[in-house]
Amino acid sequence: MHPAPSVIFFSVFSGLGFGLLVWLGLGIPAVTGWSAFAFFAIAYLLAVGGLISSTFHLGHPERALKAFTQWRSSWLSREAWCAVAALVLTGFYGLGLVFLDTRWTILGLLGALFSIGTVFTTSMIYGQLKTVPRWNMPLTPANFLSLSLAGGALLAGQVSEAMVLILIAGIIQAVTWLLGDKRLAASGTDMASATRLGDIGTVRAFEPPHTGTNYLLREFVHVIGRKHSAKLRLISIGLMAVLPVVLLLLPFHHIIAVVAVLAHVAGVLIARWLFFAEAEHVVGLYYGKR
Amino acid sequence: MTTLPNATDKKLGLVIDLDTCVGCHACVISCKGWNTENYGAPLSDQDPYGANPSGTFLNRVHSYEVQPAQGEAQLIHFPKSCLHCEDAPCVTVCPTGASYKRVEDGIVLVNESDCIGCGLCAWACPYGAREMDAEEKVMKKCTLCVDRIYNDNLPEVDRVPSCVRTCPAGARHFGDLGDPDSAVSKLVAERGGVDLMPEQGTKPVNKYLPPRPKDALPEFDVLAPFLEPVVEEPKGFLGWLDKALEKI
Repeated sequence: MHPAPSVIFFSVFSGLGFGLLVWLGLGIPAVTGWSAFAFFAIAYLLAVGGLISSTFHLGHPERALKAFTQWRSSWLSREAWCAVAALVLTGFYGLGLVFLDTRWTILGLLGALFSIGTVFTTSMIYGQLKTVPRWNMPLTPANFLSLSLAGGALLAGQVSEAMVLILIAGIIQAVTWLLGDKRLAASGTDMASATRLGDIGTVRAFEPPHTGTNYLLREFVHVIGRKHSAKLRLISIGLMAVLPVVLLLLPFHHIIAVVAVLAHVAGVLIARWLFFAEAEHVVGLYYGKR
Repeated sequence: MTTLPNATDKKLGLVIDLDTCVGCHACVISCKGWNTENYGAPLSDQDPYGANPSGTFLNRVHSYEVQPAQGEAQLIHFPKSCLHCEDAPCVTVCPTGASYKRVEDGIVLVNESDCIGCGLCAWACPYGAREMDAEEKVMKKCTLCVDRIYNDNLPEVDRVPSCVRTCPAGARHFGDLGDPDSAVSKLVAERGGVDLMPEQGTKPVNKYLPPRPKDALPEFDVLAPFLEPVVEEPKGFLGWLDKALEKI
C-alpha cells in the first residue's frame, strides 16, 4: 500500500492525542487549572491536528460532513462519530478542570471511552480489509490500541505505567510483524485464485493492461519499503520501546522524558510507515506483483 | 445507504469468455469513450501525450501466460471490470453513502456528488475495479452502462453495456444472472463459469468462462519416426572444429 504521509501522521498523532485523553479522562494525572490546560492543549493539538491532517488525503474535504451518515456499516463513519464525541466530551470535562476546578467524573470516563473508541475504529478501518491480509487480523486493533495507551501514558507522565505499556506495545508490535508476514500466504489468495487459470498450469503475468502506470499500481503496489524492512523494524522497535524504557529507568529529568517521548514517536512513525509500505493488497496479484 | 440489500430483484452482470477473448482492447476503448461522454464525471487522462501517460479506466485487459505441466504455454487475455458483487465490500465501507447497490438490478454505483474521495472503497475491492479520477477526485467504476441498458432513445440492439456491444469476438455477454433461465445463466452452467477470488467472499455476479482444453498437436508427418536422422555426429571439417573447440 502507498504510505501516504497524511495518513501516517494522522494515525500516529491522533493515536497519541486520544491516548493522552484516555488518561486525562480517567483523572490520571489528577490535574486542574493551568497544568490541566497544558495537558489538554497537547492532547487536543495532537488529536485535532491528526484529524485535520487526515482530511488532506480526501478528494473532496468540503463534503466531509457526509461521512457521519453511514455509521451502521462503515468503520470510517464510526470513527468520525467517536472522534467528535470524544473531543466534545473531553472538551467540556477539560473546561471544568481548567476553569471551574471541578472534576465531572462521568464526563471524563465517557470521554476516555470514546477516545479509546476512536483509536479502535481507526484500527478497524484497516483491520476489516480482507483485501490486505496483513492487516486483516485482531492484532491490528491490538497494535493501534496498545501504542495509543502507551504513548498516552508517556505523555501523561505516568512513568511506571508507561514502562509496562511500552514493553507490552513493543511485544505486540513485534508479534504483529512476524504473524503479518505469513498472512498473505495464509489467505489463500494468489494468482491462481485471482485468475482462476491455475487448473491449466502455472500463471504468469505476461502483459499489463497498459504500458504506463495507473491509480491501482500507485495506490496498492508499493514495493520500495520492503527492501530494508528488517533493518527498519529493528530501528523502529529500538526507538519505540527499548530506548524509552531505558531512559525512564534513569533518574527522572524533564529533558530525559522529552527524549523518551521523541524517540517513542519516531519509532511509532517508522512502524506506521512500514504498516503501509509492507502491506500487500491482493489486487497486485493481477499485475503479477505483491 | 451503504448497507447492502438482502436480495436484489435481478442480478445484472457480465459473462466473460476467456476462450474467445482475443485481447484487442476494443472493450477498453469503447468503455472509456462512452463513460467519458455520458453519465458522471469524465474519465480523465494525465499527461496523455507526454512521457508518462496515465488515466482512469473502468475496464482493463490483462494478459497471462499459463504453462501447463506438459505441452505448450497458453496466452490468455483477461478483461477485468467491476464484478457487481452480491456481498460488495466496497459498498459497506463507504462513510458517506455515495456507494450503493441497487435493489432493482444489483448494479453497484457511486453517487459522485456524495463521494468525498477517501479511496477506502478502492482499498476494499480485491479486483481493482475502482479507480480514483485524478482530475475530478471522485471514485469511478463500471456502471454496467446504466445509461445505455434502460435507454429508450437507443435502438434495442444498443441497450447493452458498451463493452459488450463493441466486442468483435463475442467474448462478452450481458444479462440477468439471477434468472436461471436467462441466456447468460445457461452459458455459465454449460461452460462451468467461475468466480474470481472466491475465497474473498464477495460473491461476484460477473462470471468468467475458463478457456476450453486445447486440442493436442498432431504429428507433422506420419512417416517422421521412420526417417533416419541426417547427421548424428559431425564429420570432416565440422567434426574437427567440434573436437578442437571441445578441447579449449
